Amino acid sequence: MDPVISVGNLWKIFGSNASQVVASDELKSLSRTELMDRTGAVAAVRGVDFDVAPGEMFVVMGLSGSGKSTLVRCLTRLVEPTAGTIMFEGENILEADAKRLRDLRRNKFSMVFQHFGLLPHRTVADNVGYGLEIRGVPRAKRGGRSQEVIDLVGLTGYEKSYPDQLSGGMQQRVGLARALAGDPDVLFFDEPFSALDPLIRRDMQSEVIRLHREVGKTMVFITHDLSEALKLGDRILIMRDGQVVQVGTGDELVGAPADDYVRDFVKDVPRSHVLTLKWIMRPPRPDDELDGPELSPETVVREAVRSVLSADKPVKVVRDGELLGVVADEEILGVVAGEA
Amino acid sequence: MVAVAVPRRQIPRKALIVGGIVLAWLALWLVFRNVGTLALDASELTPLHRWVNSVNDAVGASRNSNPVFLYFFNEIRLVIDEFVRFVQALIAQPSFGRPVPVIGWLGVVAIAGFVSLAVAGWRVALLSVAGFVFLGLQGLWQESMDTLSLTLAAVVIALLFGIPLGIWAGLSDRANRVMTPVLDFMQTMPTFVYLAPLTLFFLIGPASATIATLIYAAPPAIRITAHAIRSVPHNTVEASESLGATRKQTLLKVLLPSARKTIVLGVNQTIMAALSMVTIAALIDAPGLGKTVVKALQTLDVGTAFNAGLAIVVLAIVLDRVTTAATERRTLPRWALFGGLGVTGVAVYFSYTYLWAAEFPSEVEIGSSIRQGATAATEWVQDSLPVITNGFKDFVTSVLINPLQALLAESPWFLVALVIVALSFLIGGVKPAVVSAACLGVLVATGLWQDAMITLASTLVATILVMILGVVVGVWMGRSRRADRFIRPVLDAGQVMPAFVYLVPILALFSATRFTAIIAAVVFAAPVAIKIIADGIRGVSPATVEASTALGSSSWQTIVKVQLPMARRALTLAANQGLIYVLSMVVVGGLVGAGALGYDVVAGFSQGQLYGKGLAAGVAIVVLGVMLDRLTQAAAKRWTN
Repeated sequence: MDPVISVGNLWKIFGSNASQVVASDELKSLSRTELMDRTGAVAAVRGVDFDVAPGEMFVVMGLSGSGKSTLVRCLTRLVEPTAGTIMFEGENILEADAKRLRDLRRNKFSMVFQHFGLLPHRTVADNVGYGLEIRGVPRAKRGGRSQEVIDLVGLTGYEKSYPDQLSGGMQQRVGLARALAGDPDVLFFDEPFSALDPLIRRDMQSEVIRLHREVGKTMVFITHDLSEALKLGDRILIMRDGQVVQVGTGDELVGAPADDYVRDFVKDVPRSHVLTLKWIMRPPRPDDELDGPELSPETVVREAVRSVLSADKPVKVVRDGELLGVVADEEILGVVAGEA
Repeated sequence: MVAVAVPRRQIPRKALIVGGIVLAWLALWLVFRNVGTLALDASELTPLHRWVNSVNDAVGASRNSNPVFLYFFNEIRLVIDEFVRFVQALIAQPSFGRPVPVIGWLGVVAIAGFVSLAVAGWRVALLSVAGFVFLGLQGLWQESMDTLSLTLAAVVIALLFGIPLGIWAGLSDRANRVMTPVLDFMQTMPTFVYLAPLTLFFLIGPASATIATLIYAAPPAIRITAHAIRSVPHNTVEASESLGATRKQTLLKVLLPSARKTIVLGVNQTIMAALSMVTIAALIDAPGLGKTVVKALQTLDVGTAFNAGLAIVVLAIVLDRVTTAATERRTLPRWALFGGLGVTGVAVYFSYTYLWAAEFPSEVEIGSSIRQGATAATEWVQDSLPVITNGFKDFVTSVLINPLQALLAESPWFLVALVIVALSFLIGGVKPAVVSAACLGVLVATGLWQDAMITLASTLVATILVMILGVVVGVWMGRSRRADRFIRPVLDAGQVMPAFVYLVPILALFSATRFTAIIAAVVFAAPVAIKIIADGIRGVSPATVEASTALGSSSWQTIVKVQLPMARRALTLAANQGLIYVLSMVVVGGLVGAGALGYDVVAGFSQGQLYGKGLAAGVAIVVLGVMLDRLTQAAAKRWTN
């Protein structure tokens, strides 16, 4: 399937001499601090490549200053990239003129912000309908659509409230509804739940998972929280100093970290919650009895614990009838005990 | 063992030098006293003054022939005059062949009440109805309406230009960079100074008054609007852009609505500034309450001045309350809206048709009792409290004003100039020294050196008093919430009141002297300084204060060692603002016996042959202001870094 978004060698340099920097291979190869010292320019995004598949939940994760927020703003050109390509449904967004860009923003993608960005002088319903209003949708039609998304995000009954009368979690639901109202193809989330307290954050994460399942939209989600990334992401991109460190599914990051940075990152992750059997299985030994139960290689370790430990023979890991390996008590215990 | 140096308390070298300079000055003063003071008698003129007079005459003669006047200044004057006259015709002056204005008192009261109701709610509506009726009862209906007409006309024009300019400055960094220094200059210029040049171009009368008011009242509107636009959170704007809003949509649907509350605050500031300037513009023959006050001050008729001053205060309070309350979001129930509209319509119709509703009935009147009461009270105070008031006056005069004035005004001019330049260099380095030297040169050129020195002496005394008041009351307010709660509204009220109003009671207490002018300036400038210092003290991080308390500091130690040093920026800002406010009262001081530059300006308005001298005095005030402003800013920079 063709990717919805395909980012190629994307650069964002802040500073008056930005175009000079990207024109020079030598300058581009410098580290951030060296570049800062040499030219005074700040490289926020450095040669980033990735694809996002239709319907995917793609998470970009990095610590503060890693360039992730700049990256997501580049994707909608809220921040103008310095160089590279961003193909959206086959069209290079960087070549779009102001009118086309507005069109795309109005119809194709929308964004949810960390600090919500709600209009304090408008009610919930008017905030949600703002995007439609901008497009020129008449008031009568706006009302119906706004109500739909308000119901969808669970804000029914708060249509007439003002943002300052709502809690942080509720305000972000308004932000979410506003983004959904225009029925975009892609939703961008810029650390949407960082400003919320932990319990509300968990609720909102579940809410996004539910919405993802119900509306099936492509989503690009920025976060600095690894557990959030692992919980939500179909695939996760780890950024550091403006560069991509690794792209992969959660179990790939945990099972095969690309370098020490990622390894250090995923160190505290409960491995049994993330790793699947394919990461811990071993080739069958001659003395193994191969008539035990079968499990798929995609089974998460945590879910396999009971069946493996209760079986008196090793569990076979089988895909399409082909024996890939076996998992016995010691492999399982190795993972579970390693977490303690 | 080598002798250990005993640690000695070091006096900073700079302080030694400054001390040396002052001592040398004193010594030379004794020697050269009254030599080269460049004194100029009150009726004496320099060639420059005569030349300005002749320019004035020439301009007067060519006003109707010179194309610049014919097609530019006269046109502006005509448009503004017509506009003001139109507003006056509506509510203040007999017009359209009628013996009374189009809308009589009943109509005006009803409109005021309805507008207040719509934007500010029931209570404020009652207040403004009561306030307007009170104006009529004072016997000052027409004067009040003249003042109101001029104020409204100036405000409308100021906002017409100010809000778009403010939006522009809010959106564009470049526009902001260009406008900020211009606005700074407009606001630091003492208010009276531009009256004289304006009369040169626009004649004496409503047009000049309105333009002067515009100059004074537009900066707050521009500044606050720009600030309001700029302080809309970035993420709100970004969210709107991410949804595909055009620049226009973002401006109309996000920026302006979010900034609305602050912009209304700017409108409030503009209205208050306009009202205070309109009363001052009485000096160039602007009609209204200000004129009544000025006339009464000139004849020392405290009762009449008080009555008219009270009317200005009432007008100020009503306008302030209405616009302040208008910042809140509010919707009137439909029935109240239409009901109010109906009642107002009927009242306006009555006031158009029937004489009783057009002219404020003169049989019910409390103005004369107010006048008599004020006169009686003044006489009583003058008769029974002279020990206190005169004692205080004589003390400040002989301890502060006289010595300082003697030193500044009786030294040879080159000596004073040398000292000031040297001090400027010590305070700020080469640049301030050059600025001071240039300013002093201009002062000499105006031919008003000695007057300028006398004014400088009064200004410095007033500023010292302002700073003493500022630190004492400011620290108190900054440390005690309760004190803040009680004092702040008083200060707010003080700032809202047009400058003239202070003069009346002060004049009554201290009669027309230099001291009276100084006290008026202190009363005018102190609220600003106090507020800045109080906010500075409050802004000191509570953690630091707590740490100091935990270390066992007494309150006094905490104030002196922690709070005041950490509020340095506020202190220097207060001194700077205090100076500027004091200077802007110099001309008002001229009305109540300050003499010197203030008197020169006032006399220049009223006597043709002194026009040139008045203008030169205005320039001298501006130059003094520029010099002191630069100096305090340089000192502040040194001290806070």
